[in-house]
Amino acid sequence: MPKDHGIGASPKRREDVRFLTGTGNYTDDINVNGQAYVHFLRSDVAHGKINGIGTDVAAAMPGVVRIFTGADFEGVGGIPCGWQVTDRHGNPMQEPAHPVLAQGKVRHVGDPIAAVVADTYEQARDAAEAIELDIEELPAVVDMKAALAEGATKVHDDLENNLCYDWGFVEENKDAVDQAIKDAAHVTTLELVNNRLIANPMEPRVAIGDYNRATDDSTLYTTSQNPHVIRLLMGAFVLGIPEHKLRVIAPDVGGGFGTKIFHYAEEAFCTFAAKAINRPVKWTASRSEAFMSDAHGRDHVTKIELALDKDNNFTAVRTETYANMGAYLSTFAPSVPTWLHGTLMAGNYRTPVIYVNVKAVFTNTVPVDAYRGAGRPEATFQLERVIDKAARELGVDPIALRRQNFITEFPYATPVAVEYDTGDYHGTMDALEKIADLSGFEARRKESEAKGKLRGLGVNCYIEACGIAPSNLVGQLGARAGLYESATVRVNATGGLVVMTGSHSHGQGHETSFPQVIAEMIGIDESMVEIVHGDTANTPMGMGTYGSRSLAVGGSAMVRATEKIINKAKKIAAHLMEAAEADIELKDGQFSVAGTDKSVAWGDVTLAAYVPHNYPLEDIEPGLEETAFYDPANFTYPSGAYCCEVEVDPETGKVTIERFSAADDFGNIVNPMIVDGQVHGGIGQGIGQALLEGCVYDEDGQLLSASYMDYAMPRADDVPFYNVDHSSQTPCTHNPLGVKGCGEAGAIGSPPSVVNAVIDALQSGGHDVTHIDMPVSPSRVWAAMQG
Amino acid sequence: MYNFDFEKPTSVADAVAALAGEDAQALGGGQTLIPTLKQRLASPSKLVSLAGIADIKGVCMSDDGQVCVGGATVHADVAANAGSYPALAALACNIGDPAVRARGTIGGSLANNDPSACYPSAALASGATIVTNAREIAADDYFQGMFATALDEGEIITEVRFPVPEAANYQKFEQPASRFALVGVFVARFADGVRVAVTGASEEGVFRWSAAEEALSGNFSADAVPAAPGADGMISDLHGTAAYRAHLIAVLTKRAVAACG
Amino acid sequence: MSQVTMTVNGKEMSGDAEGRTLLSQFLRETLNLTGTHVGCDTSQCGACVVHVNGQAVKSCTMLAMEADGAEVETIEGQAAPDGTLNTIQQAFQDHHGLQCGFCTPGMVMSAAALLKENPKPSEAEIRDYLEGNICRCTGYHNIVKAIMAASGQDVSAIAAE
Repeated sequence: MPKDHGIGASPKRREDVRFLTGTGNYTDDINVNGQAYVHFLRSDVAHGKINGIGTDVAAAMPGVVRIFTGADFEGVGGIPCGWQVTDRHGNPMQEPAHPVLAQGKVRHVGDPIAAVVADTYEQARDAAEAIELDIEELPAVVDMKAALAEGATKVHDDLENNLCYDWGFVEENKDAVDQAIKDAAHVTTLELVNNRLIANPMEPRVAIGDYNRATDDSTLYTTSQNPHVIRLLMGAFVLGIPEHKLRVIAPDVGGGFGTKIFHYAEEAFCTFAAKAINRPVKWTASRSEAFMSDAHGRDHVTKIELALDKDNNFTAVRTETYANMGAYLSTFAPSVPTWLHGTLMAGNYRTPVIYVNVKAVFTNTVPVDAYRGAGRPEATFQLERVIDKAARELGVDPIALRRQNFITEFPYATPVAVEYDTGDYHGTMDALEKIADLSGFEARRKESEAKGKLRGLGVNCYIEACGIAPSNLVGQLGARAGLYESATVRVNATGGLVVMTGSHSHGQGHETSFPQVIAEMIGIDESMVEIVHGDTANTPMGMGTYGSRSLAVGGSAMVRATEKIINKAKKIAAHLMEAAEADIELKDGQFSVAGTDKSVAWGDVTLAAYVPHNYPLEDIEPGLEETAFYDPANFTYPSGAYCCEVEVDPETGKVTIERFSAADDFGNIVNPMIVDGQVHGGIGQGIGQALLEGCVYDEDGQLLSASYMDYAMPRADDVPFYNVDHSSQTPCTHNPLGVKGCGEAGAIGSPPSVVNAVIDALQSGGHDVTHIDMPVSPSRVWAAMQG
Repeated sequence: MYNFDFEKPTSVADAVAALAGEDAQALGGGQTLIPTLKQRLASPSKLVSLAGIADIKGVCMSDDGQVCVGGATVHADVAANAGSYPALAALACNIGDPAVRARGTIGGSLANNDPSACYPSAALASGATIVTNAREIAADDYFQGMFATALDEGEIITEVRFPVPEAANYQKFEQPASRFALVGVFVARFADGVRVAVTGASEEGVFRWSAAEEALSGNFSADAVPAAPGADGMISDLHGTAAYRAHLIAVLTKRAVAACG
Repeated sequence: MSQVTMTVNGKEMSGDAEGRTLLSQFLRETLNLTGTHVGCDTSQCGACVVHVNGQAVKSCTMLAMEADGAEVETIEGQAAPDGTLNTIQQAFQDHHGLQCGFCTPGMVMSAAALLKENPKPSEAEIRDYLEGNICRCTGYHNIVKAIMAASGQDVSAIAAE
């Protein structure tokens, strides 16, 4: 019998009511009295020297309040990068300046050159067209390998070249890996592309800057996953506003998927301009603008080699990856191809030595940063593809080859510097084999063949490191921020609770799932708990939501704060019942004295805390409010096994997903309904990456996939119902809830099985195809079949 | 968008008069025009909505057995009411999505002549007549390349007359992002021969595949469909090479013929 | 500027509009009905779907003046006056058919239009009908399931509960 409340139950989401009735409060729904509108004039060339920006005519146009250019931001800080990677020679990465508005040069299509603030949006846009731009177009570098060639055009003139860093991990293992590959009985090599993607949360980005001259306070409303991070980065590094004079509000946010983590120029601009013109300034991105200004994701070009001994045990993995940074370093960009990617190259397998080389490259394209999974999908894809290729080359069953090499003992220290606390990879594979009905596949293949279709089955495993992250560890790795999380739990006199969390919900359902935890701990109804998030003015400093960290890190902070509340409440209860504190038990919202029938209700204790007439004032303060900051001891390591079945139309190359099954181990689960939903969404995005989505630039740096007319978003008819299972549960050992995080799993775990399935289908039709790069479009499949 | 005046006349004559002004443009359902205006790629001084002209809306049968579709008829109405030409109704039923079909019109589609639109292939394969406020234009004369038609400035499509073939079928292979036709093939078998029109594939817009027409007029079977046409002049973009599009033309033609039964 | 009048969710409402004012803009900015969302500018995403004279349309691809005199239904008019969710809204909540909520108004309005013309659609018919509504969060699983449930179909056998 499923639980009906508390941890493990699936109550309906309380936030749904406002979203279903059109009464949500998204940033674009906010209008501040007297606001002006900004339109950014963006570069239409990928690389160019700015010789002049003539604004006189434009400035005189109707409604124009002021036109800003790069010159207005001289002396203002640039957009900072939050992570410094050290290269394999011990040197810091090359880190270019990133001005709010272009100074001297434009470096990608979409780079903002000028900002027109006017009474209406259309007036701003009209005036922007009247700006006289003198831009001398320069050759653009788009291809990463070409960007590193001798004599290549430099994206940043003041840097040595276009190489951000050349990272080796673990550098000390390099020789051992080379030797193991030499000594191997078999080496499988695969060259592949992890396609560039655009995150595309359905809500485009919005920023509203507001300034109060009387108090000198600035407020920014923004579509962010982490308002405190924006406050810190923008206040301290860009605009020089102390945090107590800057408030950042991220209200209802319509999806993030990573691309709303980062601090963007438009946020800094609106905050800056509001003060400069003493009037609120609003910016709402169009989708077309989002395509050329939101940070993109993925974009790796990789060669991976897997070495095996004569018994098919993995003996080494060696990879070489080119990772696109785009024209500037977005907030966490350098960490994605390194610490979020290299550390995952062991996957679920006992591979004794691993060497990962990553060359991060500047190009004249939009900056690239974390997108759902961030580094881990790239690691999983190459590893799970090369294992599949190896199985095919060796003529062994791909599941058996995986099982043979599974890590089975925990904790397990990988050769890539992480320690998996728990996992049961056979367990998730067992669960997968059950739900995916593998034994029925051959019959289904025959049915497909009878229709003239090729059917293929692909399997993969994944491991991810999330619950990001231990601050001391990431500090050593170059993070310029801590990655703890915070919660303040405020109990009101009549017993209700308000949790002010540093986590941020932009679809994850915290308003529903977080109260389940507290309700379980205290034994009260969830309706007595309210969640507050998204406003730096009323939540403690927190790092926000990404990296599947909300429950594992933010939830843990909430648990710790609630434990403090319970401890204090027990003291009060002991006083009220004239008993020893050690004898007080809390169950179902009642404090009782062990071994007696004495009890007081939760509400009696909370009332006493605020009406302290009969109260141990000499020992404890009145009130009941506690804050906790939780810094995780380790990452969490969700894992799983996924299976995809496809049909390929051999005449057109079109791939159809016929079945998709996912067995995940997320440790303990608070709300199974929400977990299922997170997995569904991740799989949808993974299928999108595998079959549909591709961000494409031409050789001049023009974005070809610049709208939904050319960037294929997965639609309802591109995907099937998904079969998901999370019965295999190995709780995390180091956080109080034993949870691991589920937000990214689907996006990490699904692309390899889709591609593996397509290859299997083509091979079954006699086509000697060993790899097709994503997106596996009909055109590419057809071309592959032509040989 | 640049600003413009808006008029919604109730007669063709009033619409023609309204369109006589400089830079005035007719507005059908706006499903292509409005996104174009948002990108500021057009700057009409005036938009003249044709949606208020009852005379040019609806589907009927003419005395000589042609299906007549008013120029301002939305796709949803063609899908629902062109049952006497099932292939045409089916084509209309798969243009865009339901919300687009509720607004987009046949006249708007044919006047725009997007190289990937569905309707041009139906009009051309059917040997339809495009009727305007001024004249009647045979489909063979109407389509003049990508986004180019025989229409004069200010000329309004009031009706499209489709001869009904003995058998017909439209096969659309969707471009995965826009859901327009990556390639679409409309095959129509008439007593006096077969017409095959291809959309989505050619840099010249919709065209008749004469080799297939000849072969199928002699032997109307999928096996008779000739080898794929050459890739020269086919569109090549991030969704498919010219060779792939050429290949799809043959595949879809075979499927259309097979579906004609 | 001209005055535009329409009946929105049963109430007559008026406001000034330019020729270029989109219906979505008129609803959001002039009538302050911000439940209708704008997620793209190419008429693809469907976050802006409303009903005009009973038909689902993309309000970002229709001029406000084109809707002059029309009956318009938006997401704000779907629940009962006392706040009780309608069948479709309730099914979306019951089956977790939304996450961030941004595409939801368009999804609900499209679903309502579908069920009006096809009271018991199959899974394939639902997926086909939603071609013009993009959701980035749910992978569509629970949206399709919610619409099946709203049409009175038993969804208990659908994978993954």
